[in-house]
Amino acid sequence: MRIALFVTCVNDTLFPDTGRAVVRLLERLGHEVVFPEAQTCCGQMHYNSGYRRDAQRLAVRFVETFGDADAVLVPSGSCAAMIRDNYTRLGEAGSPLGREAGALAPRVYDLTELLVDVLGVTDVGAYFPHTVTYHPTCHGLRVLGLGERPYTLLRAVRGLELRDLGGAAECCGFGGTFAMKNAEVSSAMGWDKARNVAGSGAEVLCAADNSCLMHIGGVLNRQRSGVRVMHLAEILASTEEEPAHT
Amino acid sequence: MSRTFVGMPDFPTAAAGATHDPQLRHNLREATHTIRDKRDSAVGELDDWAQLRAAGKAIKDRTLRHLDGYLEQLESAVTAAGGTVHWAADAEEANAIVTRLVRDTGEREVVKVKSMATQEIELNNALDQAGITAYETDLAELIVQLGDDLPSHILVPAIHRNRAEIREIFLRTMADWGVPAPENLSDQPAALAEAARVHLRRRFLDTKVAISGANFAVADTGTLVVLESEGNGRMCLTLPETLISVVGIEKIVPSWSDLEVFLQLLPRSSTGERMNPYTSTWTGPTDGDGPRNFHLVLLDNGRTNALADEVGRQALRCIRCSACLNICPVYERTGGHAYGSVYPGPIGAILNPQLHGTSDPVDASLPYASSLCGACYEVCPVAIDIPEVLVHLRERVVSEPGHAAEKATMGAAGWVLNDGRRLGLAQRAIGAARSMVPRHIPGPPSAWTDTRDLPDIPEKSFRQWWRKREKAQEDETTGARQPREDGAEGRQRSDRRGGERS
Amino acid sequence: MTGSRERILGRVRAALADVPRDERPDDVAVPRTYASAHGGDPVPTLVDRLEDYKASVHRVTAGGLAEAIAEAARRRSLARLVVPPDLPAEWTTATPATIVRDDGLTIDELDAVDGVVTGCAVAIAETGTIVLDTGTAQGRRAVSLIPDVHLCVVRADQVVNGVPETVAQLDPHRPLTWISGPSATSDIELDRVEGVHGPRILEVIIEEG
Repeated sequence: MRIALFVTCVNDTLFPDTGRAVVRLLERLGHEVVFPEAQTCCGQMHYNSGYRRDAQRLAVRFVETFGDADAVLVPSGSCAAMIRDNYTRLGEAGSPLGREAGALAPRVYDLTELLVDVLGVTDVGAYFPHTVTYHPTCHGLRVLGLGERPYTLLRAVRGLELRDLGGAAECCGFGGTFAMKNAEVSSAMGWDKARNVAGSGAEVLCAADNSCLMHIGGVLNRQRSGVRVMHLAEILASTEEEPAHT
Repeated sequence: MSRTFVGMPDFPTAAAGATHDPQLRHNLREATHTIRDKRDSAVGELDDWAQLRAAGKAIKDRTLRHLDGYLEQLESAVTAAGGTVHWAADAEEANAIVTRLVRDTGEREVVKVKSMATQEIELNNALDQAGITAYETDLAELIVQLGDDLPSHILVPAIHRNRAEIREIFLRTMADWGVPAPENLSDQPAALAEAARVHLRRRFLDTKVAISGANFAVADTGTLVVLESEGNGRMCLTLPETLISVVGIEKIVPSWSDLEVFLQLLPRSSTGERMNPYTSTWTGPTDGDGPRNFHLVLLDNGRTNALADEVGRQALRCIRCSACLNICPVYERTGGHAYGSVYPGPIGAILNPQLHGTSDPVDASLPYASSLCGACYEVCPVAIDIPEVLVHLRERVVSEPGHAAEKATMGAAGWVLNDGRRLGLAQRAIGAARSMVPRHIPGPPSAWTDTRDLPDIPEKSFRQWWRKREKAQEDETTGARQPREDGAEGRQRSDRRGGERS
Repeated sequence: MTGSRERILGRVRAALADVPRDERPDDVAVPRTYASAHGGDPVPTLVDRLEDYKASVHRVTAGGLAEAIAEAARRRSLARLVVPPDLPAEWTTATPATIVRDDGLTIDELDAVDGVVTGCAVAIAETGTIVLDTGTAQGRRAVSLIPDVHLCVVRADQVVNGVPETVAQLDPHRPLTWISGPSATSDIELDRVEGVHGPRILEVIIEEG
């Protein structure tokens, strides 16, 4: 299958390893990945901050760039949710954006949905001999409804031991500009999340959204906890021959 | 004169203080997690919860879209049942009406059932200025009143207090308000509840005027409904001669049978019980049973502002269950006072700016008092999409003057992001500066670096890697011999290992 | 006053400018796909729910009612019991307590009795709720409120499964009191304590057959 990758601006700029892992994983599974270079950002930050017009422009750009794709992979739960849930709200009723966004939404997938629902695979042939705990993220949990998919994929990874995360459904406190506008509350939430991560006893905290991982990882680093954070794609891409750098 | 929320700092300032108060954090964590668990199990018992929720939402939408007709219907029904209906456009008018009604009875003391509407209009202060003493009878409201404190939760206004603090308040202040607390008072909840019973018992039996709110007002029958737990509500609604109920205009449900939905949604979502201990309903006064005079004061006080906003209107569906407060990770760490209003938590963050507008810095800061995690929407029994309204209100805030720095940043980011090449150039600049980023950055970024490390910045963006790879593949197919890169750089890039960053 | 009425209604109408003029309330569809009740054998479910709320529950046959009331009065040491004027006399024939009929007692007189015996209008199994509508054997609201012990008789044929059935049966023009266990509070650390201002003890006697 030919899959269009929307890597997201945050991954593109700060976490290129995630995009590379996605490419390696999907090619290993025998699929073709394309990366339309006109892509930039889904507009989530502008939308969530109340800058509707900027968000609209970015949404239009996204729809123009990906409108023809059979499947768009978005390796970030919050960006996938932005595109699926909010683009139709951004398009005034009956506007081209509203129509096209509505038509495109069903072809936009988070990584776990693409693998499990579209490609029909739960064992991706990965090898990752570490203890891992999974943070489901607010958008993955409550907007996309990813449910068991990520856990199913992780359990199939050889060598991986999955640990329960206390308070998993709770927000980590990132929340985009919330992390700056209400920094004290944001870090209080982050520190509580980090405490639960430490309590899991896992070596690696995994999620399908690097924004949350940047925040929790920032706290874990500051605490000298020794716990690493990794995007789910990087674990699923890891094999004995090409192990993820940990 | 009791304390008011006037002059409170904006949310980030108040919230920052609260996060550093370990006693408050502990009290809130214990309380919110306890009630979350209870709610989960009470809601989980009903396999048709989603259908009840959809019905509750629709009934409230029906009410709001035809509110004028329902208000007139309610007025006729209450009047036909022997009650008197008053209309109050704002807090001042509502307070004046209630004060006059109490004065007309010749009484100087009133007992009160817990009521958000009367908290909102600060009725107790207005009565106090008119020489009338209002006695709060709900245990939590009593704790707040005796402690000269402010409510911090819709359902449990004293949720920020633990048993030891409550014992201390009772011992210190009960004597000033009537029957003193026993000297050997322990901090066991049962003993504290007993002290409240003894303190208020005589007051219930003797007071001639009561003031209440209502959870629901039924338009087609003129029936008012109060849900409670302690029996203080029954006391106030049954024993006095005059009952005055102050009710927001959005509290209407169209018909009696609609209660079959809300009497399932509210207790389970609110206290996590299958049913609250007591629910009282009354339709006007009843001969020989209960108050002889019944007054209903219908309160606008900004509700029509919210009604006029097609996105924000849904906030008026709220049935004040407080499930959104209890699940909210922000509320759990800040408590209710930080929201500067009797309506704290997620619902307060969307209600207050709509009731009051966003000219006040506290109200303008509330739409940002959320990480948009969506837990509030998930638990709301009438499906108020609180994140949607928060974002909508942020639009309103940034459409007003001010926020120059943020607007400039967002504008610049929008410009860069609106073109793939510009983004590529920006990424190169960021990559080039990667080694110069200090661990603590002064100025606005310190909001991040004070408590969290920044991620390591990679040398190359994904798109640079992709382009190079594409080129290598092209060259390969055209016969040129370029090594294919597929990971080496990544290993140099970043070590996102906790505790090993220098 | 009239000014504010018109002002508020005017504001409401202005706020609803987006609602089509010809829309009627019924055009806003309300999906009534929820259950009318949630199953279970009504009487055992009621007992389970009442006990969960710390009410004492006794199941008796028709002939055993008077003795069950007498037993409860003895156990709770109730010397004086108030009863509504139309409480069936045979309910209290076995009890040693003095029976005070409510012929318009003052509040203080009600406060001086130890307990009250009433019937009820309907009971909801799945929520453990008893509803009084001031009808037969129930008396006025103050009678079942002020005494500290409430002995409430529920006939098995008064027990329904769910809330919708109950709402449909009740007359909203009567003052209604829905009671689910004894008075309680969770205002201190969300820790539930039974017994505040309302009756601190609720004994329910279910009469079957």
